[in-house]
Amino acid sequence: MTAAVFFSVPRITRRAWHVWRRNLEVFVKTWKVNFFPPFVEAFLYLLAIGVGIGTYVKEIDGIPYVNFIAPSILAIAVMNSAFFECTYGSYVRMYYQKAFDAMIATPLSIEDVIAGELLWGATKSVMYVVIMLGVLALFGVVALPVALLMIPFAFLGGLLFAGLAMCFTAITPTIDALNYPSFLFITPMSLFSGTFFPLTLLPAAFQYVALAALPLTHLVAIFRMFSLPALSWAIVLHLAWLLAGAALLCVLSINLMRRRLIV
Amino acid sequence: MDGVSFSVQKGEIFGFLGPNGAGKTTTMKMIQCVSPRSGGTLRVFDLDPEKHPDAIKRRIGVVPQETNLDPDFTCEGNLLTYARYFDIPADIATQRTNDLLAFVQLEEKRDVAIEKLSGGMKRRLILARALVNRPELLVLDEPTIGLDPQARHLIWERLKLLQAQGNTIVLTTHYLDEAARLCDRLVIMDNGRILERGTPAELVQRHVGNEIVELEKSDDVLACLRDMGIPFEEVGDTVLIATAHAHEIARTLLERCQPKKMLTRPATLEDVFLKLTGRRLRD
Repeated sequence: MTAAVFFSVPRITRRAWHVWRRNLEVFVKTWKVNFFPPFVEAFLYLLAIGVGIGTYVKEIDGIPYVNFIAPSILAIAVMNSAFFECTYGSYVRMYYQKAFDAMIATPLSIEDVIAGELLWGATKSVMYVVIMLGVLALFGVVALPVALLMIPFAFLGGLLFAGLAMCFTAITPTIDALNYPSFLFITPMSLFSGTFFPLTLLPAAFQYVALAALPLTHLVAIFRMFSLPALSWAIVLHLAWLLAGAALLCVLSINLMRRRLIV
Repeated sequence: MDGVSFSVQKGEIFGFLGPNGAGKTTTMKMIQCVSPRSGGTLRVFDLDPEKHPDAIKRRIGVVPQETNLDPDFTCEGNLLTYARYFDIPADIATQRTNDLLAFVQLEEKRDVAIEKLSGGMKRRLILARALVNRPELLVLDEPTIGLDPQARHLIWERLKLLQAQGNTIVLTTHYLDEAARLCDRLVIMDNGRILERGTPAELVQRHVGNEIVELEKSDDVLACLRDMGIPFEEVGDTVLIATAHAHEIARTLLERCQPKKMLTRPATLEDVFLKLTGRRLRD
């Protein structure tokens, strides 16, 4: 098995959107359950960390603490919604519901099916960010209208984390084994990516690791530029990292899934 | 798979019989453009499944062995969603969904969730789902597995009706009565090879003759049969004799061997199947 097999660009048709639409329809049918959590989550973060810790911390680098963490809350929501959708959600559809088997008996190819799942994961990130952004804007902790630019970037970030998640889904032996990436990778990432304290507090070596290997670092940096706002040329680097990461992970995940499902 | 060669004619019902692990499902998955081949040639509607999967899949309907209906939708929702995977416009999909729910007698279950359906209803809905794209070829993998006699008869009747409407049907089964009743032609497979092929009647004639005499096994009966030089087969506590003259044999045996129990019956596909694939249990 050579690298070419893992990174060959899959042939995807517009039929991938049928899979996306199927997931959207299920989501809309249960909209009450789906829209409530991000709404509450935004409140909880603001109260516990923003107001609670913010009472003592006051400000970081001249930025009020609540404003400092507001973009982090959104970036973590992007990560969690896409990651959990394309791990546990996709695994249930693939393994327990046999939904992918049913789909590939139609003109849909396995590449279309996985692409549809990835697009759906990213869409979920966007929906969560839109809802939570509404709450944060209400409290005046993000700067409108520049902060609205976070929405398209939520899609890009969502695609990256969906691709990452789908790679794990493609190789996991059981649904329980998905707990490893969730607790050993995603949870630490949400704490050490410049989310609740600046990256510069960490030892230099760790800062390099975070910039090289933790995608959330780049998404938080971009979101913070838009929410404060504090734009800088560095956005180009962060954007390049996210684009490359999203492309590589999505392609890899489709090829891994193909290997898992086509026997 | 080894040396599996077959061709299916338009409008016929073609069966694949074989014990578990014979290679039936693998063959079906190759026809459906799901499993790749490592060698050999396969043409579906004169097209290569590896080169033109979507052109082929557009024209076939699949009833898989495993029930994989979408549990997040109702009966109606399942058909509508599936129709969309075939790029069927919404208004046509609605029309076909109505027709198909009637065809499999599930109109009253239109808005019912999948988990509330019985096993037979699920299989019928899967059959309806396989018809949503008006397929020219239906591929069914164990279509009546685990169903009660009423549900099996309904499915059989529907398949016969589809054949009468010009559909071609390929199915796998290990129910011999199903194969005998439905199939115009069939092959018997084991260990990835085709052992035999023909119409059900030809196969019975060729391998076991017309009739079977069954006797309860005892040492006396076995000794008597050996004395008379009549070929027989022991199966559990019965002895089977395949013959073209069941009544004469039965009369002779009644006089000479004094069996406790004896019956004569026509030979069936099951006799052929067990003769060719053996009686060892398969998992």
